[in-house]
Amino acid sequence: MGLSSIAYDLGSGLNGPMSISHLSSPRQQLAFSAKSCTGSRACITVRAADGNSGSMRAPPSTVRASKLVTNAVAVKSETASIAATKSGHELLLFEALREGLEEEMERDPRVCVLGEDVGHYGGSYKVTKGLAEKFGDLRVLDTPIAENSFTGMAVGAAMTGLRPIVEGMNMGFLLLAYNQISNNCGMLHYTSGGQFTIPVVIRGPGGVGRQLGAEHSQRLESYFQSVPGLQMVACSTPYNAKGLMKAAIRSENPVILCEHVLLYNLKERIPDEEYVCCLERAELVRPGKDVTILTYSRMRHHVLQAAKSLINKGYDPEIIDIISLKPFDLHTIGNSIKKTHKVLIVEECMRTGGIGASLRASIMDNFWDYLDAPIMCLSSQDVPTPYAGTLEEATVVQPPQIVKAIKQLCG
Amino acid sequence: MAPQISTLRRALFMPAIASRFMAPSALSRSFSRSADEDCSTFTVDIAVQFKGHNVEPPAQVVETSAKELMKFFKDMSRMRRMEIASDQLYKSKLIRGFCHLYDGQEAVCIGMEAALTKEDNIITGYRDHCTYLGRGGTLPEVFSELMGRRNGCTLGKGGSMHFYKKENGFYGGHGIVGAQVPLGVGLAFAQKYEKVKGVTFALYGDGAANQGQIFESLNMAALWDLPAVYVCENNHYGMGTAEWRSAKCPEYYKRGDYVPGLKVDGMDTLAVKQAVGFAKEHALSKGPIILEMDTYRYHGHSMSDPGSTYRTREEISGVRQERDPIERIRKLILLKEIASAADLKSIEKEVKNEVEDAVAKAKESAPPDPSDLYSNAYVKGYGTQAFGCDRKHSTVVLP
Repeated sequence: MGLSSIAYDLGSGLNGPMSISHLSSPRQQLAFSAKSCTGSRACITVRAADGNSGSMRAPPSTVRASKLVTNAVAVKSETASIAATKSGHELLLFEALREGLEEEMERDPRVCVLGEDVGHYGGSYKVTKGLAEKFGDLRVLDTPIAENSFTGMAVGAAMTGLRPIVEGMNMGFLLLAYNQISNNCGMLHYTSGGQFTIPVVIRGPGGVGRQLGAEHSQRLESYFQSVPGLQMVACSTPYNAKGLMKAAIRSENPVILCEHVLLYNLKERIPDEEYVCCLERAELVRPGKDVTILTYSRMRHHVLQAAKSLINKGYDPEIIDIISLKPFDLHTIGNSIKKTHKVLIVEECMRTGGIGASLRASIMDNFWDYLDAPIMCLSSQDVPTPYAGTLEEATVVQPPQIVKAIKQLCG
Repeated sequence: MAPQISTLRRALFMPAIASRFMAPSALSRSFSRSADEDCSTFTVDIAVQFKGHNVEPPAQVVETSAKELMKFFKDMSRMRRMEIASDQLYKSKLIRGFCHLYDGQEAVCIGMEAALTKEDNIITGYRDHCTYLGRGGTLPEVFSELMGRRNGCTLGKGGSMHFYKKENGFYGGHGIVGAQVPLGVGLAFAQKYEKVKGVTFALYGDGAANQGQIFESLNMAALWDLPAVYVCENNHYGMGTAEWRSAKCPEYYKRGDYVPGLKVDGMDTLAVKQAVGFAKEHALSKGPIILEMDTYRYHGHSMSDPGSTYRTREEISGVRQERDPIERIRKLILLKEIASAADLKSIEKEVKNEVEDAVAKAKESAPPDPSDLYSNAYVKGYGTQAFGCDRKHSTVVLP
């Protein structure tokens, strides 16, 4: 995959140990661990509800058995990894998404998926593989190439109480559905005086991939961020991918779930028990005291890679994956800024009008008194993504740039 | 676009056939009050031929009753009055923004209601005041919403173009033309998914008929046999552009190609009733169908459009004289001696008072509370609460 695996441990937390395959040496693991991370996980393990109204819940074991990963991304596993337990199961991010989707479809018969090639083909990124055979063609609907119309169709179905999930084969294609997303999906709850709720989930991979060309490397988070009525989250690990998928499906608001093309093969061990993440809460990835680094999606992993060398140089960054792009989790972010007084935002959106720009404004509005330095923001360049590999790399933020920025910020 | 010969004229010129129209022993009955309850059916000929595309048109006769005709008259008069009152309110600046009036086209929504139930869904564009009324809306709700008051049908936050009544299957009320049609297909999809025996009628105009999403969604509806009926309310002008200037093929009922279509005289309530009933059956058994309603609007596109720069006053008054839907029903009622001219006049007066009362009531009602600015932007997170930056803790409670 070309993406280096992540070395971090989230401590004992509330929810039992969980670990991620390590690439780094034990020394670096130690550097990360042993910080108390109570409440670092925004997710709470679900105790099985007592016989709730007709919701069919598959026992986790059957779900796990069919999803056990046998061929994974090549990873040098450190056997001395911290808290490497036998509980939970390992899977790739796209499988985590599928697991979440499948569990919700079993739980609620109103949940259905529609998109291009989601049914018989199994999804262009295999997120819906096997679901059409299990749930039928009506619940996992293969649509023709008509984004505007099938998104509109999903909104119309949601008005009556169905809970559709629209898959854009690539987030960029959803630009064709922008009218439906902005005007109908976002606004109908308001303009109907609360008569309609639109519990739709719009998801798909975005972001810069591996030389996919300009039109297939779009970052639309910023375009959707201003639309009133929408909620937006970005997943970055298998754990939060599954949790956010489930939370988004259960939410009564329209939610845009931003995935990333290059993160689908990320491997992680996730719990067997059912869990749901909070849609409005950021994730404290690594506590620290020198500087707050705010990031999301793929850039989280670039930041963590940069953090390795930063820690070696003696810095102590606090890394927060903001997860919720709309609304921002100003509580977690604010508490961090009150501690560190310096902020670096690392994002993949464009410099102009990106998520970072909006976050910067929010932070200044709310936490100006706590800042010791101007907020730095590293974003992608304001250019269409070029094809050539070297140029493409230069469009997005790379770990050395992050290290340089921290040095500049912290001295 | 020659005016169509009314049923009455045909009847007068063909006395031999005219006798068929006379209801037996109707002459001795007293009028109006008993007419409202008289459900005995009789048939009426539909003057203008249905035109079918890939489908056998329905019969040119339709069954109706005195009660139904009286109801048509009263409801259409109410709608006409409402639109005229809205015109006056707009001119006195009590209604602002965009106000698209439906007068002239009442036959379409009344005819539809006669053939449909609350199990069926209707979704339309911004010219929705009368459609809303037909689906069970009330006059005070309409005027309050138009004037932006708190007790409007969408709490004063939607406005003229956003009327909805979920419990009666009325899904709006949409500002962007054409976008409501994929929504309608979604409603039909949900009906099929939930196995509800109803049909969704997605209305759009001749202007919107050129939108790509109409064809995209039609393809999907036909592909999956969704119970959707596309109704093109062809009033011949897309704002200021006549149909022959915007469409290569202005025969909108044929543009479905592989989907059958039917052209209907949209100024004849009974013809609309017949066609809609036929279309509903078709949608439930065979799949989508397109209905083109040949109708006309007397006002301009909206209140900011005088409506006379792209059409002649003679044309407008010509249609008003020859094809007005309310006059048609009036003449039929008089011909059948279901009620007298005086009775009909008193119904019109009654309706006028209704409308005036509703306007007065709406004028007095309060505007929305300032806190309503933020209400209903989001549904409170399904068990998950998010707070501002002074949040003490957050809880995740699963259902």
